[in-house]
Amino acid sequence: MGVVEVQGLEKVFRVPEREAGIGAATRSLFRRQWREVRAVDGISFEIEPGEVVGFLGPNGAGKTTTLKMLSGLLHPSGGEVRVLGHVPNRRERDYLRRMTLVMGNRNQLQWDLPALDSFELNRAIYRLPVDEFRQTRDELVELLDIGDLVRKPVRQLSLGERMKVEVVGSLLHLPQVLFLDEPTIGLDVTMQKRIRGFVADYNARYGATVLLTSHYMADVEALCRRVIVIHHGRLLFDGQLEALTHRFAPLKTIEAVLADGETVSLQVPKDEVSGATAQLLAEREVVDLTVEDPPIEDVIEQVFATEAEVVA
Amino acid sequence: MTELAAQPVAGRPSALRSFVDFYATTMRTTIQTQFQYRAAMYGYTIGMVAEPTIYLVVWTTIANSHGGAVDGVGPHAFAAYYIVWTFVRVMNIVFTPYGWEWRIREGQLSGQLLRPIHPIHYDLAWFAGQKVPWLVMYAPIAVGLSLVFHPSFHTSALGVVVFLVAIWGAYLIRSLNQFWLGMFTIFTTRVGAIFQVWFLAELLLSGRLLPLPLMPQWTQELAAWLPFKWTFYFPIEALVGNLSNAALLRGLGFQALWAAILGAVAVGAWRLAVRHYSAVGN
Repeated sequence: MGVVEVQGLEKVFRVPEREAGIGAATRSLFRRQWREVRAVDGISFEIEPGEVVGFLGPNGAGKTTTLKMLSGLLHPSGGEVRVLGHVPNRRERDYLRRMTLVMGNRNQLQWDLPALDSFELNRAIYRLPVDEFRQTRDELVELLDIGDLVRKPVRQLSLGERMKVEVVGSLLHLPQVLFLDEPTIGLDVTMQKRIRGFVADYNARYGATVLLTSHYMADVEALCRRVIVIHHGRLLFDGQLEALTHRFAPLKTIEAVLADGETVSLQVPKDEVSGATAQLLAEREVVDLTVEDPPIEDVIEQVFATEAEVVA
Repeated sequence: MTELAAQPVAGRPSALRSFVDFYATTMRTTIQTQFQYRAAMYGYTIGMVAEPTIYLVVWTTIANSHGGAVDGVGPHAFAAYYIVWTFVRVMNIVFTPYGWEWRIREGQLSGQLLRPIHPIHYDLAWFAGQKVPWLVMYAPIAVGLSLVFHPSFHTSALGVVVFLVAIWGAYLIRSLNQFWLGMFTIFTTRVGAIFQVWFLAELLLSGRLLPLPLMPQWTQELAAWLPFKWTFYFPIEALVGNLSNAALLRGLGFQALWAAILGAVAVGAWRLAVRHYSAVGN
């Protein structure tokens, strides 16, 4: 049985809309027009305990809406969701104590106080025994190396520092399921790497299940063996990251540096790589040669462009 | 992988102990936050004292110009009313419905929904903590006002006890009232106009603007059917000493009744609102 079970999940928003201008504004006073937006359109998947899954899609694909339904913030319009055996939108306390949703743009810390005070508040909210809380807090603070940050007022922390502290605050109750929505957004490369390493460590140490959205493919490559891709609220792909590359990137790139300094770049079908390489080596004097899959960003772009429903 | 996270945290404190711990911790956090805003705290205190002092000066002047009393209420009685008024006003500061708009826009509500405790408890605990520094700051001001205006109290021991209970009853009633009112914000934005009407009614029918016996008879009869008077007029009068023992106990009963009614309304409104909540953009 999966930790996360999603079957035919749907979310439809009803949004008001009107044309620009004073006339339209006046008309909307008396007769408002509404449009239904299918943010999530019947997606199904399952996640096993301890898996780290990348949840990918362009802006507006329905990723965050899905995470909000999985965490219980939103009521689905249709379909079924179970996480850790709970129906999330019932927001049962036992469920809320066992999961967390980290959103890169949200601040749940007390702005004027050192983060340690916010952590203490979380201890009381999650009913954590004091000794266990202190042990977990110190462990997480050490994992993210933020010992010198947690005593400063949160308002004096940089964005990256705040994000790290925020992540620790979200994990003090040792959730079994982590929904991470763009946890590295706006962070510099070093900070991104640190957060990535932390998520990997947390997963390894506590066996937590992680569903992660990110526009940084480095996050996905570093953490996720499996990815789920959605677009316009519909599932496009669910499978191993390698399989995604294999399916949507039939070409490999051969790059060769020749003896005269010229660089040659060839895009060839995968099953013709050995032949093409041999031919290149036979015909030209090659001093360096690499064969690579295309960047994952290009692969994902290809998936969105294809938009065919392909469930591995 | 270890199995640590697969198990619920062992040795979790009992529900009651955790509940008390949550309130105590949140109140401590609020007090610490208040201390970060010293200038704001001084400003609020001055504002809090200014409103009743103005009422007091106006009514004292009117009383003196009417031969020493307005409808039998003299300057010393007004002084007692408005000095206690400020204590009660501090107790009546709660999370306003206007705050819900900010809470939704900033994503704070989403964060609160993910916590295993109802947001009303957070608000109750947070604003209870806020009162501690304000009450401490107001106490010497009340002494100063007493020296200037010579209030007349007829307080009984029962009146003091009822007052100490009633100010928390008032706090609970006003919190619940404004909580369910705040739920409108989840269904529609810019609901300030609705709140304005509500606050105007409260100002006139609670005893905040002036003691209710000075209002027209029909206003007093209307106020008897609404919750407002139990949040201002009743706790003030309990300490000033103008109520009989029976009226004091009956007042606590009405407070309990209103707390139960508004609690039920708040729970219902919350359930509807959470179902409707769209958490868009945060």
